[in-house]
Amino acid sequence: MSKIEVKDLNLIFGAKRKQALELVQKGVSKDEVLEKTKCTVAVKDATFSIEQGEIFVVMGLSGSGKSSLIRCFNRLNNPTSGSILVNGKDVMKMSDDDLRQLRRTEMSMVFQHFGLLPHRSVIANTAFGLEIQGVPESESYVKAKEMLKTVGLEGYEEMMTGQLSGGMQQRVGLARALTTNPEILLMDEAFSALDPLIRTNMQDELIQLQEKLKKTIVFITHDLDEALKLGDRIAILKDGVIVQIGTPEEILVKPADDYVRAFVENVDRSMIVTASSLMFKDTGKLTIEKDGPAIALRRMRDMGVNRLPVVNKNNKFLGFVMDDGVVKLKKDGGKDLNEILISDVMPTVSPDTPAADLLPLFIDKQLPLPVVDDEGKLLGVAVHSSVIAEVTGRDKDEIIEIQKSGGN
Amino acid sequence: MEKLDLGQFIEKAIEGITNNAGPVLDGIALVIEGIVDGLQSALISTPSGVVMILMAIIAYIVQGGGVKPSLTKKGFKKAFGLSIFTVVGLFLLFWMDYWEETMETLALVLASAFIALVIGIPLGIWAARNSKADQVIRPVLDFMQTMPAFVYLIPAILFFSVGNVPGVVATVVFSLPPAVRLTSLGIRGVPAEVVEAAQSFGSTKRQLLFKVQIPLAMPTILAGVNQVIMLALSMVVIASMVGAAGLGERVYSGILQAKVGLGFEAGLGIVILAIILDRVTQALGGLGKK
Repeated sequence: MSKIEVKDLNLIFGAKRKQALELVQKGVSKDEVLEKTKCTVAVKDATFSIEQGEIFVVMGLSGSGKSSLIRCFNRLNNPTSGSILVNGKDVMKMSDDDLRQLRRTEMSMVFQHFGLLPHRSVIANTAFGLEIQGVPESESYVKAKEMLKTVGLEGYEEMMTGQLSGGMQQRVGLARALTTNPEILLMDEAFSALDPLIRTNMQDELIQLQEKLKKTIVFITHDLDEALKLGDRIAILKDGVIVQIGTPEEILVKPADDYVRAFVENVDRSMIVTASSLMFKDTGKLTIEKDGPAIALRRMRDMGVNRLPVVNKNNKFLGFVMDDGVVKLKKDGGKDLNEILISDVMPTVSPDTPAADLLPLFIDKQLPLPVVDDEGKLLGVAVHSSVIAEVTGRDKDEIIEIQKSGGN
Repeated sequence: MEKLDLGQFIEKAIEGITNNAGPVLDGIALVIEGIVDGLQSALISTPSGVVMILMAIIAYIVQGGGVKPSLTKKGFKKAFGLSIFTVVGLFLLFWMDYWEETMETLALVLASAFIALVIGIPLGIWAARNSKADQVIRPVLDFMQTMPAFVYLIPAILFFSVGNVPGVVATVVFSLPPAVRLTSLGIRGVPAEVVEAAQSFGSTKRQLLFKVQIPLAMPTILAGVNQVIMLALSMVVIASMVGAAGLGERVYSGILQAKVGLGFEAGLGIVILAIILDRVTQALGGLGKK
């Protein structure tokens, strides 16, 4: 069971939202609905699920409905139709008491502009969630203090929040959200109001914290780099409609439409695209126990290459053979590919190595990089030109052109 | 076409209330009288020197920002200055033999302001949290503020005859609007994100109100308190026309007898009282921010 399951969710603002909903369900466009009913369609037909322990990023430009969407989870916004199951229970059918219980114990939220109480000290802010539940101060302050230590604010307990920098205030916001020990953390543009440097810092710390805490985090952002960095999975929202959900790599490599493509165009892909999506899987290979030079030559001819990876019968990668080596072996009447195997100088890479890290590993442009799994089994090979294409953003033909002219 | 006699309807309505709501009006009168008399006799029976010093201390604490203020030199100067002004001003009135009238006026102002706040702040909270209530309350407040203040005196006399009680009633009606308006404004002005944050942690409406909205709205609410007190002071003078006691009475008899000196002396007393009350209640707003 997923932690949060959203089904057919529609969120419409305005007086005539019933009427607007009917129009939406008939497929009338957002603009037309606005014209006819004066209602704004914030979220349209959203269906997705969020798994236990993942960071699920909802990304979209401002006005795309992402903040409205996240507020449906704890019903700060009341969805117009659909269902939201949190731990299997439908949030939309909850009574006020049940809803309050959900907000108090299962889900807490971090806000873009922190949402701290300016008339209270740091520790009183942090303990707010527990105070609301009626936990006595003697107990809540102990937990709050612990949590402040976790977010790196030890010693600031008695300060007023207004005396802190933005980054520190958001740490208080994060500590406050964590103090009630919720399973789900909703973060609404939590780092968007911070300076770039502090922002990067906070992102790193969130990732570290998440490794320890293993919460289910729903993170809203308008910044693609942030989404790619934090997200286990990303949902891209456009005009209230989810246009794509996938891992960062899926989003980059296979954008669902032009909107997403335009979005991902300027990303530093080399840090996100990994060997697994660059490699050729049907590379052709030779099995050392079985194949001799004759087969090697024929396969090279078939594939149109001058080298082939060699594996043993368990598919464990051993090395490469080159065409000239094979020809020589055949001429000498040898049968064993071991004699001409190039194995000692060959680094192997794992499938999740980023493209940027692959580049320096090419010792010899002639030889591709073997991509292997944890047990050393061959998954495919990454060739020089496609890695360069990925890192530089030029296409393959251009690169070959450049290589040629460089050679002259 | 026959002339529209709106006045007649109003008279009928007032008459109806006087005839049918007698016990309620008596009850209201009793409460108001109790508050005013209690305050007046307390202020008058206490030795004047003690009252002066007490007021000076209150001024110092409020202006200085607390009982044990860690004051800067400038802050100390300000707080000490207000205390000195309070003592000197009140002593001047004592010297002119206006002490009793001053205390009567002060009692009327405090009683009226207290009642106006007790009614106005909850109304303001209601208006802030309920748009429908706001839609009804707002025009009523506009009406109350634009209607000439003297007009309130007429029904007040009809309901409560003459004396302090109709004076207080008219003053309450006149000084109520800023309490409602500024409370509502303050609560509506609490950043939406802070309210959402409190809700997202599962606050009840009451917790939201007392732990978040009122504390954050406090500076604005206290600005309302200042406004209420100043309006009450200005109305208490007018209320002397229906027999309310105090400095206003002296001003009024100054007008009737065309005695400039008498009117000026009493008027000066009101100015001194106004400055003290204004500075002290303005400083209250500063306390709310801390």
